[in-house]
Amino acid sequence: MSAIGTSASTSTDTSTSTGTSISRFVGLKPVFRREFRAYFASPLGYIFIVIFLVASGFLTVSRDFGRLLDLREASLDPMFTYIPWLFVVLVPAVSMRLWAEERKTGTVELLLTLPISLEGAYLGKFLAGWSFLGLSVALTAPAIYQVARLGDPDWGSIVAGYLACLFAAAAFLSIGLLFSALSKNQVVAFILAAAASVIFLLIGLPEAQDAVGSWLGGYPEQLLGSLSLLDHFERMTRGLIDGRALLFFVLFTLGWLVGGMQVLRFTKTR
Amino acid sequence: MDTRSESGTRTAEAGAMSSQERAASAPDPATPETERETGEVRLDDDEVDDEVDDEVDDEVTEEVETTSAVDAARRIAADQPLIAVQGLVKHYGEIRAVDSIEFEVRRGDVLAFLGPNGAGKTTAMKMITGFLEPDSGSARVCGMDVSRHPIEIRRRIGYLPENAPSYGDMTVAAFLDFIAEARGLDDRPAAVARAMARTGLESVAGQVIETLSKGYKRRVGLAQALIHDPEVLILDEPTDGLDPNQKELVHQLIANLATTKSILISTHILDEAERICNRVVILSQGKILVDSTPAALVERAPGHNVVVITFDGDVPERVLGRLRQHEWCESAGMLEDGRLEIRPRAGQNRLAEILSAVEDQAVRDVKVREGRLEDLFREVTKGVAA
Repeated sequence: MSAIGTSASTSTDTSTSTGTSISRFVGLKPVFRREFRAYFASPLGYIFIVIFLVASGFLTVSRDFGRLLDLREASLDPMFTYIPWLFVVLVPAVSMRLWAEERKTGTVELLLTLPISLEGAYLGKFLAGWSFLGLSVALTAPAIYQVARLGDPDWGSIVAGYLACLFAAAAFLSIGLLFSALSKNQVVAFILAAAASVIFLLIGLPEAQDAVGSWLGGYPEQLLGSLSLLDHFERMTRGLIDGRALLFFVLFTLGWLVGGMQVLRFTKTR
Repeated sequence: MDTRSESGTRTAEAGAMSSQERAASAPDPATPETERETGEVRLDDDEVDDEVDDEVDDEVTEEVETTSAVDAARRIAADQPLIAVQGLVKHYGEIRAVDSIEFEVRRGDVLAFLGPNGAGKTTAMKMITGFLEPDSGSARVCGMDVSRHPIEIRRRIGYLPENAPSYGDMTVAAFLDFIAEARGLDDRPAAVARAMARTGLESVAGQVIETLSKGYKRRVGLAQALIHDPEVLILDEPTDGLDPNQKELVHQLIANLATTKSILISTHILDEAERICNRVVILSQGKILVDSTPAALVERAPGHNVVVITFDGDVPERVLGRLRQHEWCESAGMLEDGRLEIRPRAGQNRLAEILSAVEDQAVRDVKVREGRLEDLFREVTKGVAA
């Protein structure tokens, strides 16, 4: 600490800039940058990407699943079909540390006593995770080249499919973020998020809806069907940008984000 | 006759000198120089509060604050408290962790929170920083209510949380740059360099934090708290885990910063509080038991100004009787080793009278004991903790 006695009164130039409006989401940008970089600060981020690409590639071309090469159709549907099922396991792995680790190590106190809002920090983390997932999905782009070689693909369907993947990633991530805010234990956060994600996928399956319909009647069946991530995802991957499906994903994600912020407000000091 | 000073004792002269030194070293909270240096505008107290609250009422509904407007209104006179706590209460379930505490910290004050574990020190600090919402009462920092202006308050505070948490996956320089960015500093590289220089982190700037020693991690925590040159510093056990040399340097740093800032620290090290703080607040079970200066507390400590005299030969009973007849004498008696111990009431300095009472005896050595903060701490907290 050679220069430990430096006079404090001389450093007025470091004071915060005045005249800057402080919005509800102040702090979003620095938190986003830190969190996005954090994915690549350890091997975990790279491992996630490799697992995602290998798994999605396998499911796409496997004769038991997507059969892309066997069907020889210029379509990425075989890949998009299995993306939500991959997300169920992999997105909670991305989200589990985002708040649980902060709470466990005590950095949540450091972060939330900086001049940033809880909403800004929460959204910064969400956008960092979403960007990371977006990057992972983008790395499947060579598959586009592959289907283009097979014939004349429906480009609208491919764009819609990728868009659906991004919206589904946001939805699953918002679920994972809430459970990460709920538990200090990353494993618990992962399990709870994966379980909730599975539920929101399964309720879209005809078998699940039939079971609910026969037990509770038609209205609950319709209600559950309308909450199905799978249903809305498939609607989007059909090649049409469905406004209702888009609205569903936006509202679903916002709902979980707002809920997660409330959870964090409650749990941050516990 | 020889009056000597040794560990835990002092001569009468040394005691007087010590008090003077303390008085001289205690920073003056409101010197005109400080006022000029910091470019502060003196406003009437009520005027400040009213202007601020009126202005903010409009803003709070939207939760949007205009920094420039708030800055202009928030300039606080040099003699006003930078931290003002009134009736702060916090419960954890059935436990009343903080129980109606009230205190103020002015510019130039270094206030130490002392107390046993679970006394409420950290909880109180968390409420002042806005991390915890109080159940009732209020905390004001730089004239602003913490609950109503959390973001603006955090701009003014440098906070070192308990255990100095930091992001272990980042390098020291990257972590400090993140803090500087989050604080909206204009010249981030300069701020980072200055914070590292102040805390001696230049040599580990590129090192990942999780690979650092505990002492370095603590310094990283201090650096992030200082990076924006805040008006108010709140440090939760700033020297925990540091070696004696590092502690000394942190003490120097705090002493240098104290001239222009309000500093609130919590510590378990009573010597540290006595050395670097000009005020001490002792908390126990959420209540403030004592709020005073270290010098005054030392004078209140049990055993302060107790005189121990070694004689050549036996002490006649009449000497004891002579001493005991004084009203100021709480007790006078022989110790097991044959020395005479005179204990004045309430730590009064009665050395002159005592020496006068034994002047016809062959005195070999006189020692005057100085009270210890540790003894007072034990005395005031044992009743509450029991």
